[in-house]
Amino acid sequence: MATTTYSKESAGGSLTARALREGFFAGLVAFGLFILFVGLETTQNIRNELVLNQRWGLLAIFVAVAAAGRFLGVLYVQPWLAARKTAKAAVADKDVPETFLARNFSKLAILALVLMPPVAVALFGVQGSLKWVDNFGIQILIYVMLAWGLNIVVGLAGLLDLGYVAFYAVGAYSYALLSQHFGFSFWILLPLAGILAAFWGMILGFPVLRLKGDYLAIVTLAFGEIIRLVLINWTEVTKGTFGISGIPKASVFGIWSFDVGAANNFAKVFELPMSSAYYKIFLFYVILALALLTAYVTIRLRRMPIGRAWEALREDEIACRSLGINTVTTKLTAFATGAMFGGFAGSFFAVRQGFVSPESFVFLESAIILAIVVLGGMGSLVGIAVAATVMVGGTELLREMTFLKAIFGPDFTPELYRMLIFGLAMVVVMVWKPRGFVGSREPTAFLHERKAVSGSFTKEGHG
Amino acid sequence: MSALETNTMTNEPILKVEHLSMRFGGLMAINDLSFEARRGDITALIGPNGAGKTTVFNCVTGFYKPTMGMISMTQRSGKKFLLERMPDFEITRDAKVARTFQNIRMFSGLTVLENLLVAQHNMLMRASGFTILGLLGFSGYRRATEQSIEIAKYWLEKADLLSRADDPAGDLPYGAQRRLEIARAMCTGPEFLCLDEPAAGLNPRESLALNELLRSIRQDTGTSILLIEHDMSVVMEISDHVIVLEYGQKISDGTPEEVKNDPRVIAAYLGVEDEEVEEVIEEIEEIQETEGGQGGKH
Repeated sequence: MATTTYSKESAGGSLTARALREGFFAGLVAFGLFILFVGLETTQNIRNELVLNQRWGLLAIFVAVAAAGRFLGVLYVQPWLAARKTAKAAVADKDVPETFLARNFSKLAILALVLMPPVAVALFGVQGSLKWVDNFGIQILIYVMLAWGLNIVVGLAGLLDLGYVAFYAVGAYSYALLSQHFGFSFWILLPLAGILAAFWGMILGFPVLRLKGDYLAIVTLAFGEIIRLVLINWTEVTKGTFGISGIPKASVFGIWSFDVGAANNFAKVFELPMSSAYYKIFLFYVILALALLTAYVTIRLRRMPIGRAWEALREDEIACRSLGINTVTTKLTAFATGAMFGGFAGSFFAVRQGFVSPESFVFLESAIILAIVVLGGMGSLVGIAVAATVMVGGTELLREMTFLKAIFGPDFTPELYRMLIFGLAMVVVMVWKPRGFVGSREPTAFLHERKAVSGSFTKEGHG
Repeated sequence: MSALETNTMTNEPILKVEHLSMRFGGLMAINDLSFEARRGDITALIGPNGAGKTTVFNCVTGFYKPTMGMISMTQRSGKKFLLERMPDFEITRDAKVARTFQNIRMFSGLTVLENLLVAQHNMLMRASGFTILGLLGFSGYRRATEQSIEIAKYWLEKADLLSRADDPAGDLPYGAQRRLEIARAMCTGPEFLCLDEPAAGLNPRESLALNELLRSIRQDTGTSILLIEHDMSVVMEISDHVIVLEYGQKISDGTPEEVKNDPRVIAAYLGVEDEEVEEVIEEIEEIQETEGGQGGKH
């Protein structure tokens, strides 16, 4: 390749000449490519005749962008990248001391999350904070929790599960139905929803125990769809596509309620102006606690024999069996534990929305959760949290970008490009970091020093 | 030799294979094979490629269910297990038979230490009250963890891997991975250890170190060993008892010296000239007759 022959001595004149030459050729190629696509356009006029429009100006812009881009790329970007590469190689030899930020990243992140609602209230007022706490905070944390739950199945045990949203649905409908029919409170139904989801995790686990890889993925995908179709068609119980509405709100352990009419209404007790924001702030702390519980249990379980057995199962199932590990129960516990956290998140989802319908549990949700796990780096809690923030928060942020209307015209709705950007971001991340944001693995025990295991050694699991 | 002493002390069979047959479709991989491995012995299973050695291993360790036959394992406590009826993981967990693989099966993304901790899964599982007590932070699990790390340390030292305990297992060189796999199998606390070609791909020095390791395993823990091996320097050096297979059948059985001089073994390994075939057949028939006579007297 011509770029590799670049050397510092010959920099200057020859580089500029090369950049000019390559820019010219790039322009030429762009001209050839776009002359028929962009330069000429056919339209029909009012008499239904085909008219050839000539758009030389637009073509010139395309060609100019290609030529200038190539010119600048060769002249500036490539030398800069090469310099950075050599600089990086030089630094890699020395031990880089960890910065304070890197060492305490998770603690600082938790602290920031705990402080977020008061800060949002202080900055934007009680009503203004709603957007930040609800649309961003709760939305992202639900996905963080779901992804952490799925991480147990996919990231640790290496079992590819494409139907994870089924357990989310089980949790949501357990809460919605049981609270409406029996009047149980959120705090009783939260663990119950988790247990029911874990039970369904086992039910899914049994038939798929013998399946691996692609076959496992297909069956779990089918399981997710079965649950959704049951929810749609079992109208006597689930009310079908209408969904269940009027799901009771959660209370602060029965002490303060958020129902407007109740005597112990939170705002009344503290003599605050009526606002739905308090409820959302309360829910924010609930989902934060649930997500942290998921993380804590995952961290603890990794140091338990069962957690190590999950990871060993991901690495080599036959070796596991040769060491006396019952792979059947190991897989089932992975499914059940992952499903349980999905169930927790589901019942939280029901209480937050006040309404559940099968539309919330489509395959796309499973795919997004799985994408977050893969992007974050399978098995890494921090990486997954970052991925969820970027992916879910990023798409929410698109709604905020009203200034784009000034550029692309008043008809432009940035939300419509959500999935396009989501996909693009995934491609970019996978090219740039094929193992996800955090590809390395923290060992669960050490003798002399804790060294992260590089992602090139860990396996993805065979299902 | 101390090996001899242990032989005379504990001479009863630990593993008894009787009339074992394994059929894959139309192929008879093992045909009516019977042999014994005595407690405290290193028993070697040799034979040309495709003789069915690994199939025997897979039957003994439960990875295959034999078509016919009986495999019984007697523990030191006198407890008896019929291995052909047990699922593979129970054979390791309850009958205390551990194995390694011909193509190394490491948990390459786990560290060397973690590999050895995974091998102590069942002990730790009980200590952690099947995860629940451990999750709640009971001290019994902490003590068990410390103990398991001590066991791991002991075997790391034996396998000369102590300095690499915190490296990923996939990062180790080939010979070290072979030793780690043996150490990992030993961490399950076996009474009977099955090694599938432990010296394959080792250089002479590593091969020598392997001999040392196997001898010390036998001496210090009293574990009996069954090994498949092509490297005759290993087989002849360390085994007390050699069984030779060809086409799924046993063709010779005895001490290394006896086997080395058995014409059937030589014929199986080296092949014979056409004109010698008759000679060899005669010789074999002679031996069979004398053996048959002996068998009658017993």
